[in-house]
This record gives sequence, C-alpha cells and structure tokens, in this order.
Amino acid sequence: MCSEKQKNRDTVAELLHGLRNKAFITGSEAVAEAVKRANVDMAIAYPITPQSESMHLVGELFAKGYIRDYYRAENEFAVMAAVHGAALGGGRVFTATSGPGTLRAMEMFPVWAGARQPIVCAFMCRGVSLPPSIQPENIEMGMLLDTGMLMLHAENGQDFFDMILQAYLIAEQPDVHLPVGVFADGFFVTHTREEMLLPPEDCCLPPYDPGFAPVPVFDMETPPMRITRDPLLNKSNFISGSANASWHQEVLAAAERARKHIAHFMGGLLEVENPGAKIFIAASGTAVSQSREALRMMQAEGMDAGLIKIKSIRPFPASELSKALEAADLVVVPEFNAGGWLAREIRASIDRNHRVIGAPRVFGGMTMPPWLIVEEVKKALGAGQNRGGC
Amino acid sequence: MKTGMLKISPGFEEIMPPEYRELVDNGPYGKDYGIGDLGSYKELLEEHPLCAGCGLALSLRLTLASLPMPEDTVIVGSTGCSALAFPQVALHNIHSLFGNQNAVASGLKRALKLRFPEKEKDVVVIAGDGATADIGLDMVMQSWLRREKITTIMLDNEAYANTGGQESGMSMQGAVLNMAPTGKKFPKLSLPEIAHTCGCAYVAAASPAKPKQLAKVVRRAILVAREIGPTYVQLYSPCPTNYKFNPKETVSLIKQREKDGLYQSKEYISQEAQAFLESIEVKK
Repeated sequence: MCSEKQKNRDTVAELLHGLRNKAFITGSEAVAEAVKRANVDMAIAYPITPQSESMHLVGELFAKGYIRDYYRAENEFAVMAAVHGAALGGGRVFTATSGPGTLRAMEMFPVWAGARQPIVCAFMCRGVSLPPSIQPENIEMGMLLDTGMLMLHAENGQDFFDMILQAYLIAEQPDVHLPVGVFADGFFVTHTREEMLLPPEDCCLPPYDPGFAPVPVFDMETPPMRITRDPLLNKSNFISGSANASWHQEVLAAAERARKHIAHFMGGLLEVENPGAKIFIAASGTAVSQSREALRMMQAEGMDAGLIKIKSIRPFPASELSKALEAADLVVVPEFNAGGWLAREIRASIDRNHRVIGAPRVFGGMTMPPWLIVEEVKKALGAGQNRGGC
Repeated sequence: MKTGMLKISPGFEEIMPPEYRELVDNGPYGKDYGIGDLGSYKELLEEHPLCAGCGLALSLRLTLASLPMPEDTVIVGSTGCSALAFPQVALHNIHSLFGNQNAVASGLKRALKLRFPEKEKDVVVIAGDGATADIGLDMVMQSWLRREKITTIMLDNEAYANTGGQESGMSMQGAVLNMAPTGKKFPKLSLPEIAHTCGCAYVAAASPAKPKQLAKVVRRAILVAREIGPTYVQLYSPCPTNYKFNPKETVSLIKQREKDGLYQSKEYISQEAQAFLESIEVKK
C-alpha cells in the first residue's frame, strides 16, 4: 500500500520534517502507526504483556494490506529466528517483545548483529524476575547492552513512534547494517494515551533494497561462497581466531559509524536542558519525564539544575556526556530498574565519577514520583556539604 | 539464480580458486543432474572435513546431488557435524543457532516468496537428529503445523556426534553413550509418524545404502514442498566415530540393521501429493 503513492517524493524528509497532524493515541497505537509508514515486508508476533496490543494492531495492518506477511509464531526465540531468516532473505521485518520474552529470545540478538541484519524490534520493557511481575521496569536493557544491537530509549509515545521510523533509517545504512532495538517502558508508554503528531498516512519509508547490504543476501542471486560463520567457528587456529575477532570488531565499528546517522536522523544521541547547570539529572526513558517535573520543582526552589535526556544507549554518548558534565558538581541518575545500568554507563564515561549518584531506583511496579528524585539530589548535596563541599 | 551469474569476468580467470572455476565450467547449476551423474561433474560439496566412513557425509553428498534445482536452493542448517561440512557447500546456506533451523527457514521461505513471487526458491533444512528431534523439535513441528512450504531433512546418526557422542532422542533404547552411561531409557523417536500426523504432505525414511531410493525421496520431498506443503525426510546415517565401528562398514551396518528389522525405509504421501507426483512423474 505504501509504494504506489510515493513516486517522486522525498518521503524520508516528509516523515521526519514534514507537516504532521495531531492524534490522541496510546504508545501501542503509536507503534502500529510507525509500522504502517515503515513499508514493512514481514512482521512476526508472539503475545506477551504489555507488548500484545501493539502486535495485534500490526496484525490488523497486515489484514488491511500494509504489511505483506504476518503470523503468530511459537515462542520469542522462534520469532527472533524467523525474522532473522526473513532478513537474511532480503525482507524488511518488524517484531516486538517484552521482559521474559526478551530473555527467552536472548540467544538470537547477538546473531542478528553478527549477521549484520537491519532488524528493528520494539521492546516494551517489564519486570522479569521472581516474584513474577508484569510491571514497568527496564532491567532487560541492562542485559542487552553487549549484544551488538543498537539501542534507542523512548521517553513517551511520540518518541516511540519517531524512533521506530528512525531505527529503520539508521539500521539500513550500508555502513551500519545492524539491528536496532527501540525500547519503551511498558504500560507507562504503551498503555498511556497522549497527544502525538503524526505524518500523513500515505507517507511511507522507501522500500528496503537488500542490494545495498554489506553482506550477501541468502537468495542464490549472488555466487555462492563461504559466507556462513562456520569457517570462523570451527577451526581452532590463529587464522580463524583472527578472522572471528576482526569480524566482531567490524560489528562494533559499524555501531560506532551509526553515531553520525543518529545525529542526522535524531538530532543527537542526547539532549541537554540548561547546559550551564551545576546539578544535573541524567536519565533515559520515562525517567526523563519524571525528571522534567523534578527539575521544575528544583528550579522553583532556586536551584541551578539541568537535565540530560539520553536517547541512544548503544552507541552510548560517552564523549557528549563527558563534555556536558564537565562543570557539573552532581549527576543524579534515576532508573526504573534495580541494577542501575545507566548509572554504571555514566560512571564509566566521565571523570571524577564520584559525582554520579545512582538513585532513585524503583522496580517491581513502583512509580517514581518527582519528589523522590528531588530528595536524592538534596540528600547528595547535603552529603557533599558534610564532606566539605567536594 | 540469473543465467551467467557465475561467469568469471575476463582477466580474472587465473585469480579465482580452482574449485570455483570448476563449478563455473562444470557445476550442476541449471543442469538436470542426478546421482547417476556423480563423477562426471563438479559436486556442490568440496573436500568436507567429516570423519572417514561418516554416514552423514555420504547422505549429505547424495542429498546435494539429488536437489532438483540447486541454482535456486537455499539450505538452512544447524549446529552439529553437518555444520562442519556446510562451509564447503557451494549453495547459499545459513547456520544460525542450534535448533532454530525450521524457524529461520520459515521466515526465509516467506521472504523469498515475497521477493520472487514468480520464481521458485527451494528452502531445504538439513540438520542432525539432535537439532531436529530434541532441541529444535518445537520449531520443527510448529513449521509443519503452520504448513510452511519447506523440506526438512534429518541426517540421523543417532547421537550428538559433534559434541562427543551423547545420547539423543533418535538413539536406540539401551544404547550406551555419553550422558546415558547405563543405556538409553526410552525408545527411538518415531519422527516420520509425527511428521505425518503434523500435516507433512510427504514423509520418507531412507538411507545412503540405497542411493537411488534416497535420491528419489529427496527429490519428491522438495517438489512436493514447492507445490503443496511441508515435507520430511529422515536419512539413517550411522556414525563410526561415536558408535565405534569400522569406517568401511557404514553401508553394511545399515543393511544389517534393515535385515534385523531395526531400520526400515518408509514413505507417507498425502492424496494431494500423490496426485501431484503422479502428474509430474508420468510426464517425465
């Protein structure tokens, strides 16, 4: 349905910068709106809360002809394997999952990256552990940091919509050609209705052309040669070890090359509010929204505070953070998980990292009221004064 | 595959490896070769590293020589001994992970159908018994239940051979292997019957001891998958390394097993597949 109306139009520019109409929709509906405009060949689904609704809606898109093939697979590992097969065959694919589904599918994610496939997967993050929880929590992101996939974290439904389309544009760049995970905190984003701005329905991404892929497509339309991973895997010698390592390095290098495309399509890996501040809150996902409120409360009290919204988790904006926080005295990192993976990433990226306070952390379905963040800032400032102002 | 795609650009003939040149000059692409032509053309399998007397290698060689349309066939493999041979196979072949082969093949077949609506692209899964009957059974059966138009071929050596000879679901009851130190406690899985029940349009069990039969069932399975629905072929391929018999006795061991009633060839054909096969085989 996309292709007919698109001839002679720069639909990428239209999608990113063109006129948009208001819509009052949920995050799940925003996912379907993005997929509708993404010219997807195949979507494969397996139900899990809170992802299910979005993949129902994607199924409806298939029924209406927006997607060329769609089915409900047998489990998340099989879903991720099947979208991998479809991508290897040259198709543009979409799928989505949540928490335990992410973990069940875990073995496939490094395979996507290692095979350099531009698969886009949405993750509606939720709790994964005992006691069972379906509540919002993004611990699964911490577990995916080194799978080789690029990771974007949406603050709200608008981000979720935009980032899915941006993900295809970034993933399919020939010098990148890597999978992209687009993450949103489950329920907070998926089940919340908000006003969003959407481009017209007849404006879609141009179709995916696997001819530009930096790896061969498995369709027997190029001469067959040794293109599987086996020569790297099966021989325990220096040559195969080096070949494996250099391939792996190229996957990492491709992720580095994605930085310029993220800057181009998303306006940067992070956003800084009040750059001259001494006190910063640095966050990703819905913790950013809570931090905005906390910032307002602190500024109302006359505190010199700023906010850093981290949009790209992989690649991570280490140098941008280091620069933005050069003159800061304190960086508070609120997170929706018990592990504190974002605080760890920030600590590893900046000098004088005693400035980083990894708090508050909420999980298991707890909310993050803005005053909790303000309290952590004040506590840290108080402790700093007690230490003699350092 | 486009005609002439393999052709070497002028001036590069000497640079291309000899085995590639042989494939270009005398390969099976676009030809109607069968196992009767073996020895007269460049085979798809080049210097595989499998053990002497490997039944699996023999089955694989015969299977590749029986493909009805190698120039448009993509193989999906899995972890195991066969994965050691696939880098040496001159077809696009995918090794994703252990056990996910039929899920990968499902996505691949559907994507190829979308990209080449007017052209047949055969997707053939070739994997071992551990990958097919144990770790991947879920995805194997689900692909049959969904009626995916793919062929699944199991190279059944009755063990996890690549990891050092562990018992598998396809080992015979009582077999003493690693991880079954007191003998396997349950019978060999009847996967052909399961495949039949799960809706495979064509199911066969064969072995390399009868090459013509093997060639016939592989060909039938691929042609039926193309037209009608999922098909399954199980190839008994004994492993001299882990079952510790003399490598030159692989074929005679299969024959002995058949004589003892412990192995039998099988064929289940759906009515639709029967009608289709009659139409093309009579024509020929």
